[in-house]
Order: sequence, then structure tokens, then C-alpha cells
Amino acid sequence: MEKSRRSFLKIAGVAALGLGAKPAIDVLAAGGGTQEPEPALVRGPQAMTAQQWAMVIDTRKLKTSGDLEPLIEACHKIHNVPKMPKKNHEIKWIWEDEYGHVFPNLHAEFVDESVEHRPFLALCNHCENPPCVRVCPTQATFKNSQGIVTMDMHRCIGCRFCMAACPYGARSFNFFNPEPYIEHVNKEYPRRMKGVVEKCNFCAERLAVGKMPACVEASNGAMAFGDLYDPESEVREWIRSNYTIRRKQNLGTSPSVYYII
Amino acid sequence: MASKILFDKGKVIAGIVIFLALVTFPFIYNLGKAAPAPEPELTPKAKAAKVCVRDTEYMNKEHMQLLDVWRDTSVREGKRIYVSPNGTAYEMSLSNTCLDCHSNKAEFCDRCHNYASVDPYCWDCHIDNPKEAQ
Repeated sequence: MEKSRRSFLKIAGVAALGLGAKPAIDVLAAGGGTQEPEPALVRGPQAMTAQQWAMVIDTRKLKTSGDLEPLIEACHKIHNVPKMPKKNHEIKWIWEDEYGHVFPNLHAEFVDESVEHRPFLALCNHCENPPCVRVCPTQATFKNSQGIVTMDMHRCIGCRFCMAACPYGARSFNFFNPEPYIEHVNKEYPRRMKGVVEKCNFCAERLAVGKMPACVEASNGAMAFGDLYDPESEVREWIRSNYTIRRKQNLGTSPSVYYII
Repeated sequence: MASKILFDKGKVIAGIVIFLALVTFPFIYNLGKAAPAPEPELTPKAKAAKVCVRDTEYMNKEHMQLLDVWRDTSVREGKRIYVSPNGTAYEMSLSNTCLDCHSNKAEFCDRCHNYASVDPYCWDCHIDNPKEAQ
């Protein structure tokens, strides 16, 4: 029997298609069978949630450097923040500064004496419109579903655009391996490696297990923490009943840390 | 004329033989001497637990994919609990969950990683063996 080239190619084509489809059919057939259930990824039962976490610092209750030190220490200890020997390599999540540096646009030549000499706590403001997140080329820093501006250290490439973008100096760069400079290692929280940027994370890992941030817990009621969009929350209560200011509000970043003066 | 198909026959064939001998030397030399695949060693705590977050076969093959999912969901989505198909809930944490049972990193993790010549940098930041040093 003589076959034309044309009919041979037709049959070969159909046969190749049939062979190619077999793996796809196998996969589809396996889907309907007895498969073990999928694992579930969920929030912890004690996890606290908010639309936008916010903080109010009552600076009237934190009068001296001695009052601020235990709060800074509590934070830096549990987050394995190293104490670098040189000031220009410093790594800080929360720190003390003077009025004129924290609120440069509110500073005047002559100000209230108590304010002038009062130390102020500064930390990441977890802005509602964070410039650091806009500039990050790898989305290593991002705003999470709770309004916390946080870092995914696995993605950080150390370009430091975020440090240039942050108007509050809240970010620090690891110029060296921080490991030798950590005084008390907290084994339950990761360290960082050389070449990544780090900053305050509003204690996202503590909120996930129903605990308040470390600095708030150590402040003996000088700081409040809660959901900015819950009218019943403690932060809203404090903001309602006291005059508060925010850092460099005119830049439009909408900081979530409020200061009672 | 047939003898003219390959010029310098002797030199060419000798060359090919020497080339093949050199190229295959490492394979022939190491034949039958392959290092046996190391068995990860379990701590008493891991032995007592009997089951990991998933079955052993899955963990052998897929622990890297599992850890990748863990890090992304816990860091980026804030979901930190893993409910395995058998219904048990675990905290998704390398230091606090995995290395709590497998507190012998050198015998459990490093041995296979060295054998497979992989160099994961998890431990640059995630501190191994959280309980022992406390």
C-alpha cells in the first residue's frame, strides 16, 4: 500500500500530540484521587491586629536620659542590635535626641526651657505614606497589612536607597558583620548579616503573640500603643485628650508616632 | 587509496587514546570509592517526637521549599502558624521550631549539606540551637 508523504506527516503529528498530552493527563488524573489535605498557614490565636499600629509618647513622663535608657536597652537587647564602637557605624532602632533635632521645623531660637532640655525618643515612624518603601528596588522593605513598615532581610541587597529616602534617620546599615558586637544574644530573634539595612519593626514578632512592643512594656505607662483607626483604642484616647505633634509632618509621610509635649 | 582517508593514522589514534585516558582518569580512579550518603543524626528529643512537621520522606526532599514558604508567609504576610495536614500547629520559625528539636546542627544539617555541597546562609542570622546555650 502506497502512502503519500502528506498522510504520513498527518499521522505522525497526531501521534506526537498524543504522547505530549500524556504527562498533562497524568497530572490532572492524580488531582481527583486520594491526596492528603493541604497544610494551612494562619495567624496565631493570640495575634493582635490593627489597621494601622500607632504609638503615642508622653514626653512629660520621660524627663531624663536615665528614663529613656531602659526603654532603648529593652528594645536593643531582644532584637540583637549591636553596639558598634564607632559612631559612624552606629546601629539603632530607637534612640535619644534633643528637641531641635527631632522637631527641626518647630525649633526656634528661644523655646520653653523644659522642652529645650528634655530628651526625646526617636524611632521609625511607620509612616502611612512611607518614602523608604517607594524607593526600595527589591521590595525588601514594605508596609504590611497591619500598617507596620518592616524589612524582609532575605531580600535586602544593601543599596541604602531607603536610608537616603527616610527623613527621620531611622535606618542603620550594617557595614560589618554585627555578630561580635552583640552583647547579649537573644537566641529567639535572628541577627543580621553584613550589608543589610535594619530598623525598628514595631515589635511585629511580639504583636503576633499578643505582647506589646518592648519599649512600651518598659515605659511604665509613658507610652501608648494601639490601632490608630479604632476610636476606642488607647492611642486615640491619648491623642483626643492631649495636644500632640508628629515629626516633620509637613513632608506628607503621615508618621504614626505621636508626641505629647 | 583507502589508506589516504586518515593521514598520520598512528599519531592520531595514539592521540585519541591518550586524550580519552586523561579525560576519563578521574572517573576510573574514583570508581567504586563514592562516599556513602550521610545519615542525619536525630537528637533524643527529635526521636521521641517521632513525627516532624511533615512525614520524613517529604522533609528529606522538600524541606528547602517548606522553609522558603515559611519565611515568606511569616515575614511578609504575618502568618506565623503552620497547621500540618495531620492537624498539628507549629510556629513557623527556623530557630525556635526546627532547631529546637534538631539542636545538633553539625550532625543533622551540616553533614548532608556538606555532602551535597550546598551552602545555605540561614545561620548567618538565624541562631542555631536556641535552647542549649540558655
